[in-house]
Amino acid sequence: MPYGTDTLTQLQEILGAQNVLTTREDLIAYSFDGTAAMQQLPGCVAFAQTTEQVVQVLRLANATKTPVVTRGSGTGLSGGSLPCPDCIVLCLVKMNRILEVDRANLTLLVEPGVTTLAIADAAAGEGLFYPPDPGSMKISTIGGNVAENSGGLRGLKYGITRNYVMGLEVVLPDGEVCWTGNKCVKDVAGYSLRDLFIGSEGTLGVITRVLLRLIPKPAAKKTLVATYADMGQAAQTVSDIIAAQIIPCTLEFLDRTTIHCVEDFAKVGLPLDCEALLLMETDGHPAAVAEEAAKMEELARKNGAREVRVARDDTEATKLATARRSAFSALARLAPTTILEDATVPRSELATMIRFVDTVAKKYQLRVGTFGHMGDGNLHPTFLTDERNKDEMHRVEEAFKEIFAEAIRLGGTITGEHGIGLAKKSFLPKFAGDAQMRVMRALRRALDPNGILNPGKMFD
Amino acid sequence: MSAGPSHLKSLDYSIVQQCMHCGLCLPTCPTYDATKLERHSPRGRIALMRAIADDKLDVTKAFGDEMYFCLGCLACMTACPAGVNYAELFEHARAEVEEQRVLAAPKRDLIRWFAVRWLFMDLARLQLVGQAMRLYQQMGLQSLLRRSGILSLLPQRLRELEAITPDIQPQFSAEIISPITPAVSRRRYRVAMLTGCAQDLIYSDINRDTVEVLAQNGCEVVTPPEQSCCGSLHAHNGEWTLAQQLARRNLDQFPPEQFDAIITNAGGCGSHLKHYAKLLVDDARYFERAKLWDAKVKDIHEWLVQIGIRVPANARSNRREAAPSEIQDRPSRLPSAAAQQELVVTYHESCHLSHGQKIVSQPRELLRAIPGVKLVELPEANWCCGSAGIYNLTQPDMAGQLLARKLGHIASTGARTVATANPGCLLQLVNGAKERGMKLRIVHPITLLAEAYRAEPEANPFGR
Repeated sequence: MPYGTDTLTQLQEILGAQNVLTTREDLIAYSFDGTAAMQQLPGCVAFAQTTEQVVQVLRLANATKTPVVTRGSGTGLSGGSLPCPDCIVLCLVKMNRILEVDRANLTLLVEPGVTTLAIADAAAGEGLFYPPDPGSMKISTIGGNVAENSGGLRGLKYGITRNYVMGLEVVLPDGEVCWTGNKCVKDVAGYSLRDLFIGSEGTLGVITRVLLRLIPKPAAKKTLVATYADMGQAAQTVSDIIAAQIIPCTLEFLDRTTIHCVEDFAKVGLPLDCEALLLMETDGHPAAVAEEAAKMEELARKNGAREVRVARDDTEATKLATARRSAFSALARLAPTTILEDATVPRSELATMIRFVDTVAKKYQLRVGTFGHMGDGNLHPTFLTDERNKDEMHRVEEAFKEIFAEAIRLGGTITGEHGIGLAKKSFLPKFAGDAQMRVMRALRRALDPNGILNPGKMFD
Repeated sequence: MSAGPSHLKSLDYSIVQQCMHCGLCLPTCPTYDATKLERHSPRGRIALMRAIADDKLDVTKAFGDEMYFCLGCLACMTACPAGVNYAELFEHARAEVEEQRVLAAPKRDLIRWFAVRWLFMDLARLQLVGQAMRLYQQMGLQSLLRRSGILSLLPQRLRELEAITPDIQPQFSAEIISPITPAVSRRRYRVAMLTGCAQDLIYSDINRDTVEVLAQNGCEVVTPPEQSCCGSLHAHNGEWTLAQQLARRNLDQFPPEQFDAIITNAGGCGSHLKHYAKLLVDDARYFERAKLWDAKVKDIHEWLVQIGIRVPANARSNRREAAPSEIQDRPSRLPSAAAQQELVVTYHESCHLSHGQKIVSQPRELLRAIPGVKLVELPEANWCCGSAGIYNLTQPDMAGQLLARKLGHIASTGARTVATANPGCLLQLVNGAKERGMKLRIVHPITLLAEAYRAEPEANPFGR
């Protein structure tokens, strides 16, 4: 233990001895998140159960200049919740109460450790809808979703986590508690600090309560699967759908490699003899849904879709979406290490970007599986490699450099939904530019002058 | 296993490396769900195993405890998109723990020696102990002792154990099943019937029911009286060499080429029985035969659905709800006079049947085929009941929590009949229901099917 036993003793006094873990076995279990090929042992792992405990932990950390890495279920994909050496991992999964459902204002107040699925279920239980659905929603926590500003399969129509956060309770690095936002739809009093904390990746404060916006549940939905002999045809279908002014809630694609892996796991009857698959879903008023689904089917066929299948019922639709969510993990069937990125381009550039990824994979002799959110230009090229193969790992890095450069050239971004964390830290300055970097550094210093929150992440 | 992969370090690294720690296993892991601690999750446990393989962690007592805190329910394998073979990792990890003796303690060693190395290595010994227990129960000694209060002098743990000792069957399988049972009508298949060990002792009637149902569906059934344990207890408890020994014995007794199928009716056994080839991968003499064996071993529900069953005729139905007097741990003969009535049944999935063997739809299909049965889905049907082999004995707290959760869900269905296909689950649920005064009949699906055949209007060789 690098920091004084005093610090540890005080931590135990604040949280109770059973909520502070220090054995090697426990530290190993918290030495990673969902990101490939990254591992770092923390100094200890601490579980807070109340805002007051978070306040005291941060006061202690600030006074002793001990780094704190906040963590939920550890499903992040950019190394954002990876421990830094000798840090306190502040784990909030035990703060998992749903505090209030306000039907009059259509809001939900929750603690940060509530899982995304539990939130979706709680909303559905009231006949309401919480749309953001990241791939890991069964276990990812809302605190992590807010800190990373997670996306999901429904981003195209419904937006991302940011669009559903109305208010936050945040504990600042010095232990002060700050509420930002409220139940008002309109509120322009001062800077929107709430929006600053959303996507701040644990660098500015610790989120201890989240006030979420819910929306009415769409009355109907229809799910379609179209298969193609060529990825270009799938991309063209998507462009045509958008050009026809249809905004479906989901427009997901899988390439051949990914289709095989997903089917191998989920066994939902995906066709295996195609190069590309589109998963499309439209929801809303039954009449509109029927009309849009018919139009989407027509456009798919016009672009040469081999087969268009309509999900029989909700159960089949859910199965298909769940299968799609497993894509990233399912690719791990093929290789020991799967390195996934989320370069994002404007929708109009999607076909170009997909072709570019293929070219780069060939150039560096890498196996790649690509899937993602075709409707919002958010791609997930996933390189299938082995972290013990140093040469291949180097080629993966080089390939990503080219992919990011191309994404930027096409007016896109280096990360659409996973965050910067450690994985993309080195690419941020070039992408953000000097002015943005200067402002971000100044903001971070102003809030966290001792640099205790998630040091080394996002930027130095 | 001498040169075999019983150490995590010598395991093929791709197996250890397969986990990409996405965390999708976490919500399906009962011990993670209860504790919210990563070390009690599949992802955390695999990280510890990998740390040992990488020389970053010694095999410590804490590691050993963790490997035995895991239920081995394999729910994580159903959840894992990456296809991590947790079952294999887990068995090797426990073997490592036993070989390094990090959990060694005189009492534990004695119990393990008695149960794993002595009792379950020779079923004659097990039957002998069973007979002694039967005598103890039949002579009224048990109820006498229980009434006398003398048991209160025992230490608490022993008292708890005494309370859940199963009732030993009046007859073991060999006494009620002939070595060869002919098919009822035309013989379509010749199958072997594995009677199991615990199953034979406390649920031999389920074995008889299984043989009857097979015969009703055109199978000639070979059931040798002297059988061996399948070795799952040994493999799950870190005793590779003994597990291999038992596998060879079974291969000798049931040459797979002589049967169309080798039938097991216990979820836990089946899950192990289908992987003899992996166990004997280094054994040149047995490996090929083990591969054939693996292909021939069929869970009873799997086999029946595969060959297609004759749906029992809708007879003078004897379906009715269990009466309070039938809070029982074994199926009883139901009176046949009662008026036709729907029997509401719910189905609890044995972990190793659903997660280990991926047999999910077949038992439900068979239950639905029984005239008069209405199957209602059990919430969290594939969540472990806490029995988990001998877990309810070694980890009574966690097992108790899981049992309470399971019984709560059962109560919510309103069903009075619970079907489940593993002796451990049967016993666990029976004891749980008894303790809470719940009026439930816990029964193997095949028993319900056998009863339906017996109740058919036409007399048949097994009709009663």
